[in-house]
Amino acid sequence: MSLLSMKRRQRGAAAVSESATTTLADLSAGSSAWVVEVCDEAQPATARRLVDLGFAPGAQVSVVRRAPLADPVIFRVAGAELALRRCQARCIQVRVEP
Amino acid sequence: MSTEGLSVEGGTPAAYDDVRLALVGSPNAGKTTLFNALTGLRAKTGNYPGVTVSRYEGVCEVEGRRVVIEDLPGSYSLDPISPDEQVLAQVLDPLETAAQTPQGLLVTLDATTLPRSLRMLAQVLRTGLPVCVVLTFTDELARRQGAVAESALARALGVPVVSVTSGRRSDLIALKELMVRPESWALPALPPPDAPAEVSSWVTSVLSAAGFRLPEIDLRTRRVDAILLHPLWGTLVFFAVMIAFFQVIFTVAAPLQGAIEQFFGWLGTLAGSHISNGVVRSFVADALLGGVGGVLVFLPQIVLLFLMIALLEGTGYMARAAFLMDRVMAKAGLEGRAFVALLSSVACAVPGIMATRTLPSARDRIATMMGAPLMTCSARLPVYVLLIGLVVDPDAGWGPFSAQGAVMFGLYVVGAVSAMAAAWVFSRLGRSRGPLLPFYMEIPPYRIPSARSVALSVIDAAKSFLRKVGKIILGTTVVLWILLNLPTHSLGDLQRAGVDPGDEAAVSAYVLDHSYAASVGHAVEPVFEPLGFDWRINIGVIASLSAREVFVATLGQVASAENPDNPQSALKSMTVADGPRQGEALFTPSVVAALLVFFLFALQCMSTVGAMRRESGSWRWPAIAFGYMFVLAWTMAWCARLAVEALT
Repeated sequence: MSLLSMKRRQRGAAAVSESATTTLADLSAGSSAWVVEVCDEAQPATARRLVDLGFAPGAQVSVVRRAPLADPVIFRVAGAELALRRCQARCIQVRVEP
Repeated sequence: MSTEGLSVEGGTPAAYDDVRLALVGSPNAGKTTLFNALTGLRAKTGNYPGVTVSRYEGVCEVEGRRVVIEDLPGSYSLDPISPDEQVLAQVLDPLETAAQTPQGLLVTLDATTLPRSLRMLAQVLRTGLPVCVVLTFTDELARRQGAVAESALARALGVPVVSVTSGRRSDLIALKELMVRPESWALPALPPPDAPAEVSSWVTSVLSAAGFRLPEIDLRTRRVDAILLHPLWGTLVFFAVMIAFFQVIFTVAAPLQGAIEQFFGWLGTLAGSHISNGVVRSFVADALLGGVGGVLVFLPQIVLLFLMIALLEGTGYMARAAFLMDRVMAKAGLEGRAFVALLSSVACAVPGIMATRTLPSARDRIATMMGAPLMTCSARLPVYVLLIGLVVDPDAGWGPFSAQGAVMFGLYVVGAVSAMAAAWVFSRLGRSRGPLLPFYMEIPPYRIPSARSVALSVIDAAKSFLRKVGKIILGTTVVLWILLNLPTHSLGDLQRAGVDPGDEAAVSAYVLDHSYAASVGHAVEPVFEPLGFDWRINIGVIASLSAREVFVATLGQVASAENPDNPQSALKSMTVADGPRQGEALFTPSVVAALLVFFLFALQCMSTVGAMRRESGSWRWPAIAFGYMFVLAWTMAWCARLAVEALT
């Protein structure tokens, strides 16, 4: 478990240092980022819905808190707080610097 | 879309000069509050044909004209990905002839989340229908140091904008004036763009033109959330809230239900004392009054359940509870909110199934509905107590744990696990019929629910239960009365059979043994024979369709026990009347095990079937539920019988 989370953290850190983009699922509570794009990986309808919910390119997103079992996560976007499961948060590419 | 069902119910046929408007908005944007404020108790509920989506329509009179308002399902987008949203898209599409297109749309926008709600408004404006924006929560926007200029927003959008705070009457005057003439509403010079990137710039330009300032984070909500969503304290509070919730529907409702039952029992005796004919007396007292009492007995639970749901939803705690439970419920393919419906089903599946209307996705509603009746409801308790008492020694046990208690606990656990498993299977099956709905849930700021909205949601639930489910329960009671009490027997019949007409227990046993139900019991013998049930148990199984606990009293009547409500001793000595097992004890451990398992899984409850019919809008899902649970119950009961026989 701890090994897994360490690996994940390393992977997240590597992604940030290389291109400064990561996914919403890899952000820690309290941090903010800007949406780059919502990938069509899952389904176009899902991607479109996430954009309609405010996760549009350029929007600022902050991580409010995680549920006790780490999933789902509450994000603040477009003036509202929304809970997403990690699998959906993973579809949202973000940049940590504006 | 047919409006027949609705106009019949309300009794007021739609006139040609009525104005038809529809309410559009995201969940939590104050749409329902506005709908209630405009239409009050005159709202009618129904279902959209073919889908499990509730339809709300209400009338508001302005300047002597009737304005018919349809409350469309809440959504964050017009791109439909769920049946609810398909309904919305259909109603708003002028080319879609199946649905009656409204003359104008009232779009509620939560002022505190305008950057998001404007994206949906862009889609709504593109339909070309006249739009009037109703800005809600402007008081909260001001409290949190946000700002928006109503008139500038109207200019930027090109459509009328009215601000209405929590359905306040004074705010409604301006809105009502607009509502009667949708044809006079300004239309935007250019429709907003469609491509996501262009929509973003359109939203930004509208917001800056309207002088919008994003509100500060709601500190009050943050402070409360720090406790209520805390990994330890939040979990503890959650369990405390759920225990209290369950206690209320289980124990607070019980004395009220007892009082209703007693009242109708007394009424039955009273009516009986004025009727000399025995059969008519029994029909009035047991079938009619008993049936009405059997409907009303559910009301305390339904009223309390919806009162608590409305309070939890209105304050914003429901979203938090769902957030905390989501991970666990995801294992069953459901989302956090389904927890409340499943928990309520431990008291009774009828309120549990009605609670599924709080789930935003139709697929989750069906999956939860299919699993909920497997939760051990309070009506199974008397059946379990009787059957366990027949075979498990009350003194047996391990230390402080009695064997009887352990069996009972096991039945509860198996019920809960199968309910989750069934929900999982049905949500899997549902997945093949359309794209997987992404999970997202708004966590609204804590708010004080309006007494009016709470009261209306309770009244609406009670009304729709009485109107739709009541008929089915009453009908079942009457049909079962006929099966169990007819044909009638003359004094001569009784004497020829050697029954003392003065002995009430013997007479009622004779009537039951020669009733239509007995014929049915004999007829279905081949079906239940492998489970070890004889025709007398079959009568009990059939009678239990009105309510499971009736099984206990019916078996008592069959065994012609002195006290039909506690027939344990008489049943213990019952033997098989005919067939290869003739003369052997009827209630062997293996038969009792089969009966217990049968009652665990079978949908022996027409009230639940009625509630499913009401909530899903057709007979399809109740039929599927009844069928699959019967097959499951039969198979599991058969396995249980074999297993117990092998062990003993």
